[in-house]
Amino acid sequence: MTDPAPKIRIRDLHRSFGPKRVLAGLDLDVKVGESLVVIGGSGSGKSVLIKCILGLLPIDGGRIEIDGESVVNIRAEARERINRKIGMLFQGAALFDSLPVWENVSFGLLAQKKVNRKEAREVAIGKLAQVGLGADVADLYPAELSGGMQKRVALARAIAGDPEIIFFDEPTTGLDPIMADVINDLIVKITREVGATALSITHDMASARKIADRIAMLYDGRIIWAGPTAEIDRSGNDHVDQFIHGRAEGPIKMAVRA
Amino acid sequence: MGFVQTIGRLALTFLRTTGRLGLFAGSAFAHCVRPPFYWRIILKQMIDIGYFSLPVVGLTAIFAGMVLALQSYTGFARFSAEGAIANVVVVSLTRELGPVLAGLMVAGRIGASLAAEIGTMRVTEQIDALTTLSTNPMSYLVAPRLIAGLLMFPPLVLVADIIGVFGGYLVAVYKLGFNASIYLQNTWDFLEAGDVYSGLVKAAVFGVIVTLMGCYHGYHSKGGAQGVGAATTNAVVSACILILAFDYVLTEMFFAR
Repeated sequence: MTDPAPKIRIRDLHRSFGPKRVLAGLDLDVKVGESLVVIGGSGSGKSVLIKCILGLLPIDGGRIEIDGESVVNIRAEARERINRKIGMLFQGAALFDSLPVWENVSFGLLAQKKVNRKEAREVAIGKLAQVGLGADVADLYPAELSGGMQKRVALARAIAGDPEIIFFDEPTTGLDPIMADVINDLIVKITREVGATALSITHDMASARKIADRIAMLYDGRIIWAGPTAEIDRSGNDHVDQFIHGRAEGPIKMAVRA
Repeated sequence: MGFVQTIGRLALTFLRTTGRLGLFAGSAFAHCVRPPFYWRIILKQMIDIGYFSLPVVGLTAIFAGMVLALQSYTGFARFSAEGAIANVVVVSLTRELGPVLAGLMVAGRIGASLAAEIGTMRVTEQIDALTTLSTNPMSYLVAPRLIAGLLMFPPLVLVADIIGVFGGYLVAVYKLGFNASIYLQNTWDFLEAGDVYSGLVKAAVFGVIVTLMGCYHGYHSKGGAQGVGAATTNAVVSACILILAFDYVLTEMFFAR
């Protein structure tokens, strides 16, 4: 193997909630600089996967490595150091509604005391420009913005620390198709500009095809198929075919009852 | 069998909650004395908890003092002991009613708003976002509020004491016809530093209880709007019960020697 070591390596990851096994021996590699999209149905454990990698949820078993360094059960200081390499775009944007937009964007920089408040504001305006927002939104509060604008601000916040890895949790959920495409374009443009490795989760196939170099399908707690985006239509996997064509009939039985 | 099971389950739930609360409190206190300190947030919370609670606390205290004077007059008149009104008013306010009534009122005001604010941050993933932005939610969200509660409750209660005594004075002098200067002299004679201090210590403890309950229930809320609603209710109810329970414990410590 001449491949460089993966940016994120996950082996045999287990996580249950009570009797419900959400992740059951999941293996996944994300290569340096690639954009990997994990697809899967609602409740298939996609969000749990990202939260486990970020250390927001404890795991029951397995290994997670970032840059070859284990990030499971590490001390708070080590976790903070790792998190500095990471940017995260939350599904609901998760902007701090008590702070104006510019402080949201530069929150991580201020927390790490990399900049003073005056510089932070300038950095924030620069990052906002990168996501296509003018300096006039900098002093607004998140509640005054539309859903699409909130997503953009959240994207600016995710890239503010010049992260090596960016996670996107359902970046297009809750947006109209046009705004969804705008956000997809931004994600592609920005991950390229920043040169970051990207791990996204979505059930929106249009979004997955647009932003992914490689797609992996999560089903029943495992990755059942992974391959380049171009090959997803020739996966030869019934589960993948059912999912990408959105058929109710097939091997995947949706749990109608929670 | 079902009955025994229910008792067992309740006991386990109680132990689990107590343990979780203990761990939360320990971590919260540790972050109160460990940097980073968010001065800006501490100041904002101090204004919110201290300054903006003044109207509520002042109104509660003035009516409590007025009722106290009126009730003790109707009671003591039977024994021709009306002269003790000033004593009753000042002792019960500084020892008990000042801290407890102010604590309960602010529990309703601050406990609820903290639980709702932090609970909403939890369900909208803002707390997760803090973590990913290299900020510890305990030191950013919880510690400043605890510090503000600890620092602002005693001054609030001091204000409540003063306004309450003034309420008693109003009723005694303008309704019951006491001589103003004699009433004030009596009040001053019966005013003891120990009573005031014990009330202020209680206030500091209640301040921690109210903010801790608000933060704890908000922090652990789940399940959207309904979960935040439940967290708010639990924060206020548990804060009120704990205030009354700790009031007894502290009273025993101060006076039952």
